Amino acid sequence: MTGDQDARASSQLRSKREGSLRDTQIRFRFLMPTTAEANTATNPKSGQGNDYKEMYSKSRPKALPSGVEAPDFTLRSTPDQWLALSEFRGQPVVLAFYPADWSPVCGDQMALYNEMLKEFHELGAELIGISVDGAWCHAAFARDRKLHFPLLADFEPKGDVARRYGVYRDKDGVSERALFVIDAEGKVHWSFVSPIGVNPGADGILSALEDLQNKQATLATT
Amino acid sequence: MISQTQLKLPDPERDHIQGAINAPIALLEYGDYECLFCGEVQPIVREIQRRLGDDLCFAFRHFPLTNVHPHAEHAAEAAEGAGEQGAFWPMHEMLFANQAALDDESLAEYAAALGLNAKRLIQEVISGAHAQRIHEDFKSGVRAGVNGTPSFFINGQRYDGARAFEPLLAAISQPARIT
Repeated sequence: MTGDQDARASSQLRSKREGSLRDTQIRFRFLMPTTAEANTATNPKSGQGNDYKEMYSKSRPKALPSGVEAPDFTLRSTPDQWLALSEFRGQPVVLAFYPADWSPVCGDQMALYNEMLKEFHELGAELIGISVDGAWCHAAFARDRKLHFPLLADFEPKGDVARRYGVYRDKDGVSERALFVIDAEGKVHWSFVSPIGVNPGADGILSALEDLQNKQATLATT
Repeated sequence: MISQTQLKLPDPERDHIQGAINAPIALLEYGDYECLFCGEVQPIVREIQRRLGDDLCFAFRHFPLTNVHPHAEHAAEAAEGAGEQGAFWPMHEMLFANQAALDDESLAEYAAALGLNAKRLIQEVISGAHAQRIHEDFKSGVRAGVNGTPSFFINGQRYDGARAFEPLLAAISQPARIT
């Protein structure tokens, strides 16, 4: 056998061991589309990705636009700690509202941002995730995914912060998948609402943060 | 919209490519060796390469999600280390064929099985000799709107369809693409 065949044979053995995990993931995929499948939900021609459409109602987000004051809030970051937006005054903050812990797309999105914390920090910004899940749920999710940024519990009154940012879905009881970049003065600099099944990635956030940095540099020189 | 993002085509000076750089179709994948979905799509990519032959240039860039995939970074290092010894693609195949065993000991075994200098490769893996390059790949992907793995770009245009053979082949071989 060549090394390649050898490798494949041993891969088959191993995949038997991994079988149950893989089966679980595959079963799960029938319930929830993968990112790419969910992305097709935005393409009416594809005829795919209907699961998310059936799961969530149609919504008309009215997310707070750029220029307005970002409403302050204080939410639990862990079962015994609280975090207020105003604590971050003086630096940009990225608020990432997402519908729920544990759903695959959110997982991908938060996993991606988790890998990008260095980039966000280099641009002087802090990242905060927010969903209606409770603090214990967030704690388990963050531990499982090894997340290194705070997840806030918009839990009681449920979705109150999402509502104030114009990104709550009343019929579904969860927030939109929405991004806000808040500037150092506490104003919304940029906001974006993604289709609920689509991971919006991070390019928009990076552009917004760079834009803020450039503005600051211009102000400093004039 | 993010799906309209244009990406710089594979760069022959730095990217790992299969096929001619001036082929009419360039398919670029951002992937993670520990990502099961990336593993599942590999046979599809190989079949597309076989079907399209000289019409296709395929390139691979690293997009390791290191917190959820604890071995992904070292696996990417191993691929780059093998690349230094002229064997990027054999190691690439080897890693995807063995996604469940990507610990350092296994990486050294694969290097030896491919006839490479395993000691040198594992030293590079442990010291993170190619970390900067891997991070450049990652950053270029984030900039282009990569939101998970695998992500494909066809002639610089992000592909958002299903990761299955028929739709991917159909998107790649749209008549307009082959001039």
